[in-house]
Amino acid sequence: MDKKRYELNVQLAQMLKGGVIMDVVTAEHAKIAEEAGAVAVMALERVPADIRTEGGVARMSDPALIAEIKGVVSIPVMAKVRIGHFVEAQVLESLKIDYIDESEVLTPADEECHIDKTKFEIPFVCGARNLGEALRRVAEGAAMIRTKGEAGTGNVVEAVRHIRTINRETRQLVNMPVEEVTGFAKDNGFPYELALQVRKLGRLPVVNFAAGGIATPADAALMMQLGCDGIFVGSGIFKSKNPAKRAQAIVKATAYYNDPAKILEASIGLGEAMPGLEISDIPETQILATRGW
Amino acid sequence: METIGVLDLQGDVLEHLDHLERLGISGVRVKEPADFSRLVGLIIPGGESTCLFRLLNIFGIKEVIDREFQRGLKLWGTCAGAILLAKNIVGESPCLGLIDIEIQRNAFGSQLDSFTCEALIPHVAQQPVPLTFIRAPKIVRVGEGVDVLLRQDDYIAAAESSDILVTVFHPELTPCLSFHRYFALKCGLKPHDDVVPSLIDPTWDSRSWTKHSQIAQV
Repeated sequence: MDKKRYELNVQLAQMLKGGVIMDVVTAEHAKIAEEAGAVAVMALERVPADIRTEGGVARMSDPALIAEIKGVVSIPVMAKVRIGHFVEAQVLESLKIDYIDESEVLTPADEECHIDKTKFEIPFVCGARNLGEALRRVAEGAAMIRTKGEAGTGNVVEAVRHIRTINRETRQLVNMPVEEVTGFAKDNGFPYELALQVRKLGRLPVVNFAAGGIATPADAALMMQLGCDGIFVGSGIFKSKNPAKRAQAIVKATAYYNDPAKILEASIGLGEAMPGLEISDIPETQILATRGW
Repeated sequence: METIGVLDLQGDVLEHLDHLERLGISGVRVKEPADFSRLVGLIIPGGESTCLFRLLNIFGIKEVIDREFQRGLKLWGTCAGAILLAKNIVGESPCLGLIDIEIQRNAFGSQLDSFTCEALIPHVAQQPVPLTFIRAPKIVRVGEGVDVLLRQDDYIAAAESSDILVTVFHPELTPCLSFHRYFALKCGLKPHDDVVPSLIDPTWDSRSWTKHSQIAQV
């Protein structure tokens, strides 16, 4: 990927700012999401909540399903590949989708290396729990970042932890004398040049969305007020009682995240949200956010 | 002070605000009916047109744009914004329908078909300007009272009527300020020519937008 292509890929993410990207498992879901005002859909076979329940190895979805979803919507289509599985990424690039999510929600294919994303023309989004992880992914060629949160739980606590960590480390970096950056970068696993760029910009150099556990309009607005540029909702929509209504409510609350009256209005009468999971009740081996290196 | 607004529902709002600031023009985010007071122009930015379409309807902003347009508000739509302003959208019903053009959504293909190029647009700038197309639409026809500003291959990339400008590309994603200056003039404003004599701003870079969305003040 040359610099120009990379910039175009970063810029597509810029177009998605202030919007909601929704997980969909069928073409019918994709239409509902588009109708509700999603800015993109994430096409997959199982939402994270089901991956969690069913267990086993979670892989890239059947390309036929992704192609079918691509055929029914005009908004961008994203799909997930396993961490480090660069051939799954080659397959999705051939399918000409719009964005690849190298995702911890699927079972990692490589426990040491992420995909060298600079080898691709297609853009990648990657998850992060802290600034170091975000910058390592950018160094590998990611054009967009999202918090990992804890997918499939309907519990926003981990996503909040991750954005607060990114924000805290950004503020530390901005406020420290430049000679301290080398040590800080070493201790926290930051690529040095990118650490300097964050220090200069006062934020990540690419768009950063919230993901992992967002289930209500208020969750979405919370993540926006904490400084995220937009929202991914995974299981939160299609595992709720009234997906169409909830999807539109989350779109409204994301657009007007600073307007409590509009968030209130969006929150009324949505029916049951997805069932939530307490993070401390999840066995350590089933925590998804720790996947990634 | 006379102001140009950027519709702030979804999309690349900050990028437009940054360009206006570089021309010394007062720019504001527009989210509520009250934000329309004192506006001479409104930019509808790039983003996802289906999303913007929904939000414009749900929050009653569509009627306000209609009303203010009748009162003389000038409009500019980039990419998704051009789709929302078009009288005809291929295969779909129109949104604002204020300019007589027919437009086809996402007409180039996937993100892998997004591209940049350069073109001379004599109305807007004396020199060729850089153009960025991201999952762009194509204007396939213009009606009476609409002038073509740029035609490429089989499509129209920029057009205008007396009150509305539409571009399927994104001047706000390039160092070129010519289109923002052109729109400001259309709105009756006089941008500071001395700010950037060549209208290619050498101090702009692709991360300039981040200044408007910092976590920590630098």
